[in-house]
Amino acid sequence: MLEVRGLVTGYGGVPILRGLSLDVAEGEVIAVLGANGVGKTTLNRAISGLNHVMSGVIRFEGEAISGLSPPEIVARGLIHVPEGRKIFPNMSVRENLELGSYRRGKGNRTRNLERIFTIFPRLLERTDQFAGTLSGGEQQMLAIGRGLMAEPKLLILDEPSLGLSPLLVEELFALIARIASEGLAVMLVEQNVVQSLELASRAYVLEHGAIAMQGLAADLKRDPELEKTYLGL
Amino acid sequence: MLKLDIFLSALANGLMTGAVYALIALGLTLVYGVLHIINFAHGAMLTAAMFAVFICHAWLGIDPYLAVFILTPLFFGLGYAIQRLVISPASHGDDSNILLVTLGLSIIIENGLLMGFRSDTRSIDVPYGFSVIEIGNLFLSTPKVIAFVAAFVVAGLLGLLLVRTDTGKAIRAVAKERTGAALSGIDVEHIYAVTFGIGAACLAIAACLLMPTFLVNPRAGNAFVLVAFTIVVLGGMGSIGGALIGGLIIGVVESLSGLYFGESLGQIGIFLIFILVLLFRPTGLFGAKA
Ligand SMILES: Nc1ncnc2c1ncn2[C@@H]1O[C@H](COP(=O)(O)OP(=O)(O)OP(=O)(O)O)[C@@H](O)[C@H]1O
Ligand SMILES: [Mg+2]
Repeated sequence: MLEVRGLVTGYGGVPILRGLSLDVAEGEVIAVLGANGVGKTTLNRAISGLNHVMSGVIRFEGEAISGLSPPEIVARGLIHVPEGRKIFPNMSVRENLELGSYRRGKGNRTRNLERIFTIFPRLLERTDQFAGTLSGGEQQMLAIGRGLMAEPKLLILDEPSLGLSPLLVEELFALIARIASEGLAVMLVEQNVVQSLELASRAYVLEHGAIAMQGLAADLKRDPELEKTYLGL
Repeated sequence: MLKLDIFLSALANGLMTGAVYALIALGLTLVYGVLHIINFAHGAMLTAAMFAVFICHAWLGIDPYLAVFILTPLFFGLGYAIQRLVISPASHGDDSNILLVTLGLSIIIENGLLMGFRSDTRSIDVPYGFSVIEIGNLFLSTPKVIAFVAAFVVAGLLGLLLVRTDTGKAIRAVAKERTGAALSGIDVEHIYAVTFGIGAACLAIAACLLMPTFLVNPRAGNAFVLVAFTIVVLGGMGSIGGALIGGLIIGVVESLSGLYFGESLGQIGIFLIFILVLLFRPTGLFGAKA
């Protein structure tokens, strides 16, 4: 479904990722792990069209999407829930969700809103509250909900557990599992190794601008190398 | 008794002029709120719109209140194109470049108008130019009453657009969170251009409302925009409601200080307010706290 081949991307002409390749198959949950500053967010930004692809190719459902604009990529059903949520603080919860279907899924807006509210009942209690006044966990749910409003085929989640209490992380991962069980492909970018490997079927570990390890989540979980690579020892 | 009548009539006049000021400020504050730039070409664009009304009337025989239905979409399109084809490509995504580009635009427009129309002052002659509406002892200029009502209708429609439509919501979203907007599938460049177009359309409407009672020369817009800028600061940069209330306040202040200090000093009150706001409430009456 998603194919990344030899991706080189960075900022201001300086590459951060130097020839990265990975795949996500239909309906699959994969985890992308890696230490701080290794380039996970940069990878997501390149996939969703925010960062310039210097070389290599990104294909989605068989078609090259490198070079397309973010709205064009959204239109194809590849939805990126960014690190730091990037919700619209000056707008209500409902408006945030509505804008999730600005480009895609507009026809099913009402139905999808109801669906989001059953997945995230906390949001239903706060439909008219300004998004900027939500708690961190609620904001994360809103960001994911906004992504789901676009009826994604592939959902990229960039550190959804960032800044959440362990209990809330637990709840959030359960919700992600539930969303994924409906057949949606998920690329989970995380620092939270243990829980991510629990959820994902396969995982990639990023290091020095490329994939350093990859394999089945169950195998990686038992791999002593992982901790070493992951912690960058 | 006479005193009170004069006061009331100055008050009413101030409110009516203020509503048009508000309309001009609306475009300025919207563009600031969304693109985070001050459009230095706003004044020149207003002048251009006033000349467009003049041309419609003097050359084509179209009444200003009819011309509004032609010029509003035309100026929306022009504004959209200017942002999309000139400002955005020339600024390379750097906000400080945008300032320079709009400044350059204003110089080009102003000198283009000087070339075409010299620095002569022109006006249009409409049959209702001096007609009045009588309310008790008050005599209100009909074109000004129309301008007052129309300005509120436009502000209301703009408010509805921003709150009810997807495009309006996208405008508000882009104002605060560009990345989040792009990842929601919003074409940020398109929304910038739409916003700029709305600003220009507001100017076209303002020009149609002004021309029956005002004069135009190639620098006419600048005086209005100076006032509009004060309104934007008073109301809070980027605040639509602030621009509306601010416009009315400034209109009244100008009119009353004209009454008490003499016509030529009418604007002193405005700039006094400007300085006081900057000193004591730099975020404006309705602006977000820093
Ligand atoms: N806008 C930018 N301009 C220049 N360099 C940047 C920019 N954004 C990120 N970088 C650099 O790119 C590198 C990778 O950053 P990135 O945000 O992709 O890391 P990450 O793996 O997501 O880290 P984290 O786990 O902390 O989110 C870092 O060295 C960072 O400093
Ligand atoms: Mg990151």
